[in-house]
Amino acid sequence: MTSKGFVSVEGKRVAIENEKNLLELIRKAGIEIPTFCYHSELSVYGACRLCLVDIEGMGIQASCSIEPRDGMKVKVHTPQIREIRRTNIELLLASGHHNCTTCVKTGYCRLQDVARKLGVKELRFKESQEQRPRNTHSHSIVRDPDKCILCGDCIRMCSEVQGIGVIDFANRGSKTQVLPTFGKDLDDVECVNCGQCVRICPTGALSSKSEVSQIWADIWSPNKKVAVQIAPAVRVALGEMYNLPAGENATGQIVTALRMIGFDYVYDTSYSADLTIFEEATEFLQRFEKGANMPLFTSCCPAWVKHAEHCYPDLLENISTCKSPQQMMASAIKESYVREGGKREDISVVCVMPCTAKKYEAKRPEFAVNGDHDVSNVLTTMELARMIDEKGIKFNELEPGPFDMPFGFKTGAGVIFGTAGGVTEAVIRYIMGIVAPSADYKPVCKVLHESTDLKELEIEVSGKKVRIAAVNGLKNAKKLIEDLKTGKKQYDFIEVMACPNGCVGGAGQPALNSAQNAKKRKEGLYGIDGQQQLHKPQDNHYITKLYEALQSEVGGHKAHELFHTHYHNRKRVNISPRREEGKVHINVCFGSTCVRRGAKDLVRQIRQYAQGKNINAQINVEPSFCYEKCTKAPMVRINDAEIEKADIEKIDIVLTRELSKAAQ
Amino acid sequence: MPKPNLAEIKNAYDKHYKNITKKIIICAGTGCVSSGSLKIFEAFKKGLEARKINVSLHISEGCREVYLTKSGCQGFCQQGPLLSIGDIFYTKVKESDVEELIEKTVLKSEPVERLLYKNPADGKQYAKSEEIPFYKKQTRFLLRECGKINPGDINEYISRGGYFGAARACAEMTPEEVCKVISDSGLRGRGGGGFPTGKKWDLTRLSKGDKKYVICNGDEGDPGAFMDRSVMEGDPHAVLEGMIIAARAIGADEGYIYVRMEYPLAVERVRFAIKQAEEAGILGCNIFGSGHNFKINVMEGAGAFVCGEETALIASVEGERGMPRPKPPFPAQSGLFGRPTVINNVETLANIGKIMTIGAAEFRKMGTAASPGTKTFALTGHVCNSGLVEVPFGATIRQIVNEIAGGTANDRGEADLNAFKAVQIGGPSGGCLTKEHMDLPLDFDSLKSVGAMVGSGGLVVMNDKTCMVNIAKFFMGFTQNESCGKCVSCREGTKQMLNMLNDVSEGKATIKTLDLLDGLANVVKVSSLCGLGKSAPNPVLSTIKYFKDEYLAHIKDKTCPTNNCKALAKYFIDAVKCKGCTACKRACPAGAIGGEVKQAHKIDAAKCIKCGACAATCKFGAISAGG
Repeated sequence: MTSKGFVSVEGKRVAIENEKNLLELIRKAGIEIPTFCYHSELSVYGACRLCLVDIEGMGIQASCSIEPRDGMKVKVHTPQIREIRRTNIELLLASGHHNCTTCVKTGYCRLQDVARKLGVKELRFKESQEQRPRNTHSHSIVRDPDKCILCGDCIRMCSEVQGIGVIDFANRGSKTQVLPTFGKDLDDVECVNCGQCVRICPTGALSSKSEVSQIWADIWSPNKKVAVQIAPAVRVALGEMYNLPAGENATGQIVTALRMIGFDYVYDTSYSADLTIFEEATEFLQRFEKGANMPLFTSCCPAWVKHAEHCYPDLLENISTCKSPQQMMASAIKESYVREGGKREDISVVCVMPCTAKKYEAKRPEFAVNGDHDVSNVLTTMELARMIDEKGIKFNELEPGPFDMPFGFKTGAGVIFGTAGGVTEAVIRYIMGIVAPSADYKPVCKVLHESTDLKELEIEVSGKKVRIAAVNGLKNAKKLIEDLKTGKKQYDFIEVMACPNGCVGGAGQPALNSAQNAKKRKEGLYGIDGQQQLHKPQDNHYITKLYEALQSEVGGHKAHELFHTHYHNRKRVNISPRREEGKVHINVCFGSTCVRRGAKDLVRQIRQYAQGKNINAQINVEPSFCYEKCTKAPMVRINDAEIEKADIEKIDIVLTRELSKAAQ
Repeated sequence: MPKPNLAEIKNAYDKHYKNITKKIIICAGTGCVSSGSLKIFEAFKKGLEARKINVSLHISEGCREVYLTKSGCQGFCQQGPLLSIGDIFYTKVKESDVEELIEKTVLKSEPVERLLYKNPADGKQYAKSEEIPFYKKQTRFLLRECGKINPGDINEYISRGGYFGAARACAEMTPEEVCKVISDSGLRGRGGGGFPTGKKWDLTRLSKGDKKYVICNGDEGDPGAFMDRSVMEGDPHAVLEGMIIAARAIGADEGYIYVRMEYPLAVERVRFAIKQAEEAGILGCNIFGSGHNFKINVMEGAGAFVCGEETALIASVEGERGMPRPKPPFPAQSGLFGRPTVINNVETLANIGKIMTIGAAEFRKMGTAASPGTKTFALTGHVCNSGLVEVPFGATIRQIVNEIAGGTANDRGEADLNAFKAVQIGGPSGGCLTKEHMDLPLDFDSLKSVGAMVGSGGLVVMNDKTCMVNIAKFFMGFTQNESCGKCVSCREGTKQMLNMLNDVSEGKATIKTLDLLDGLANVVKVSSLCGLGKSAPNPVLSTIKYFKDEYLAHIKDKTCPTNNCKALAKYFIDAVKCKGCTACKRACPAGAIGGEVKQAHKIDAAKCIKCGACAATCKFGAISAGG
């Protein structure tokens, strides 16, 4: 590589390589500059004003937004910079109610960490008197505006990485707040509960909704049995909370810890992951053969499912009707307990998940029988660590323990569910196991092990090509669906995981360095897969036994009752305008962007145009709710034709056509 | 697309204009419109028509006798509604005066003396506007046509030499040559920072991009500033011409004028001007036969002050929340929709056409070497004649306040040269200047050196009854409300500065507070993300610098020397004036006043809540608030 020159950082010569900004170069030089709003996975924002450095000839500049140039001389610690950093931290501490001892993020809070490192000991400024209530309406995410430092990380995560954008800044000056759309609660908007905002939040302003107290209550309830299941991705991440390297397998210790906490049965969600494949692969093969509702989308990820319900109601038929492994396991546990003579409500199922959306999934009304939810509570990986600590368990000293049977048995296929591409690989193993029992599945799946946003491959089933895609991160999924709709891409099977890197990168996982650690966790899961004796889901004989007990075939009636579900269209605005027979309907979007881009004027022009052509009786002009195509504003619909960036010339063309159609 | 022949349009206009015998110009700037100038216009029309006099509202074929026209802001806003008939200039005209004006001035060319401007200082009357000191002492270069021409008539603009500069730039010059003329002229951005316009254009010209934009920043938001509004209302074509030339210089084919929606008249006039220019073939495809296309859109801002900051403005045009973005990248590299963009202030752009016409050397004859040209100021506050003024750079505050504005006004509104205390220049981003700066030549660099800035050019004059802590508090309250909330330094820093200023004015501050305020102001100044935050501490720093005694009086002596800070007021009763009527005693809500009937009363300072009810009740003027 050719040298791009050198920067002098505190007198040390540092070579410029491919650093996007001075901040990364300084960090490369071994100097940690505090930041809140800088993340390599998000756009440069420049709001926290902590990464300021003194550049010779340029003065004080934010290092996150300066490109390193040859010959630059940079000082990172001067009396002035020290004063600025400390002042800014004090200002932030005074701005809300940062009562660390009772804060859920204490110990992992970056504000706390930076304040400690900078030695801020007193607040010279008046502390905010205003109290803003915590919002706990969402099943997954708690918002505490009093702890928000307005770094905007959550907003950029939601829109830039996930492509959703349900939160943004509202108001100005010191009244600025991060709020969901229209100031509603998170559960009233298109939030999918993926919790990536929680993961990136440096303080306790966004946290997962803890259900720890209810779980203790269930454990101590004398009439209750409590079963716990742990998801694949948890076992390679929990150790990080106890200084184990990311990706290290701590399954055995976790099982022991769960027993010590007091759970009656300790099960492995990998079992139901195998089970999911029985149902899902069968469903796929049936659809593939008939060519009905293709392509098939996976349904394991509740955030993806909710996203589809909001944004792609037209695709709901294409999503597998299989419940997720969490819900399949809960159904199986409850069903078995009842079959063995127990009462359904006497056993509760707790899940340990790398995910915040699973909390919401558990509360979906489809997953309850007579008000009794299949899953009573969901713990995130981090929350399980809290319970371990609360109980006083010395995690690092634990002897590994085994899962309970039958729901603790798994094949390697059920383990790799925890990483992006894993579900796809498990499905391929199952199908190959049927069509070519002796074939080695590994070479086919190599591409799935890469850490990319989109993995594509083709396999052959009975002489027919199956086109497969596995995508992670909802923004990437959005792009894939657009390509699908425009015909740019064609697939038969599509795996969607809402979080970048899949469940290993979920929001319930240890947040510190989660983005970097996700890859190591993935390696960890493939390692566990390698250690298993069995790799194909159909080799899980406990599942075969389950079907026998249920007297059901795979995909049969009982299996459908227990292991399948259905979806709802949640689109906020359904464009089903009032239609009058024989009239051409012109709807002008009156969403705020369209109004700003001249929608009102356009209505006036259309009326004038109609007057001029004397067609008032044939048309019906009405404003409409937001069409959610704000980048194409102003939007106009004439009958079923959409006109983007509409003006009267474009309207003239479509309207003339529609009028002549109507006249026929 | 018609190809405009400017010379032909001008000749035709001049020819038709020769048939006019009387020209009536009625000011239709926002100030005069709100005091009723449009009604006056209608009354003239009706009155003239009733007398069967030929009235033309536009100069065109066959017009004769009277030309009745509306102009943009004439600047002398305090004296409005303004109008001129021939060369006689009238102030404070009412609808009921119109009949008399028609009879005397229109028909007989006699002045109506009671409506002529009378100088409050010496009582002298003036019939011609150019003799009035307010106008006489100004150098109206940029505002030359503003208030003289009909902003709704493109031909009138062309007849005054308008669009000739644009035609030359488009048809006869290369982009490099255009940039060179502007660079040579030394023109600096009038929006506040004073960045050399030619350099900005050159940087954008050299930036690579499949599309480039020109943006006109008309988001004037400083309290008390209205220069840009007046130019957009009074001479909108000058702004368009500037944009056309800028587009030619950098190779842009699309432009935006960003105007706050609180300026409806400016929006309307600019929109109309664009329509006229499009119809005339001055905007659109292949303008002036150059092969160069240019179209202009108007974007109404929702009134956030921060959208005057260029990157926030760009975000707003893109449909995003108006929040500044880190620089670099600068708009010249990556601006609107990620394309190279030139963003200039209204006044900067309005200068361009004129510079192209007179040439860089001629332009440099005005102003100072480092700040050539003129600057408009919106003059408000405690002055006899507030309004819109234009002076060359290098003029002094003394010239502006005493000569043009007729001096500082005291609390009774009378001219009083000794009443001058300070002038806040550049609005919330600027600083306060004092008597010692009366003879400082105003330009970009000199103002910066004393802790103020030209800003957009608001000039608020304050007399000796003004509390400087209060002023700092007012501006800090403004920036805190208008901070976009993005960066910590500005959002939280302004809030804390405001807290401390409140403490000072309520007597709760200590010397430590003042040190902390000063320290915080310096941190915010250096560490904020954008210009709004970086300049927000200026009012605090400059008032602390020049009026420290006043701060100390509030802090140490717990008194407000000008009796403005209510919490520090100490009410007392003058025993000599008090008649013992008990009115104040009854009015006091706190039971703080004691004393028998017909004997002097007394206020118990410990009980007094400083509401002022007693002073308002006293008929004998016996109660006052002392410092």
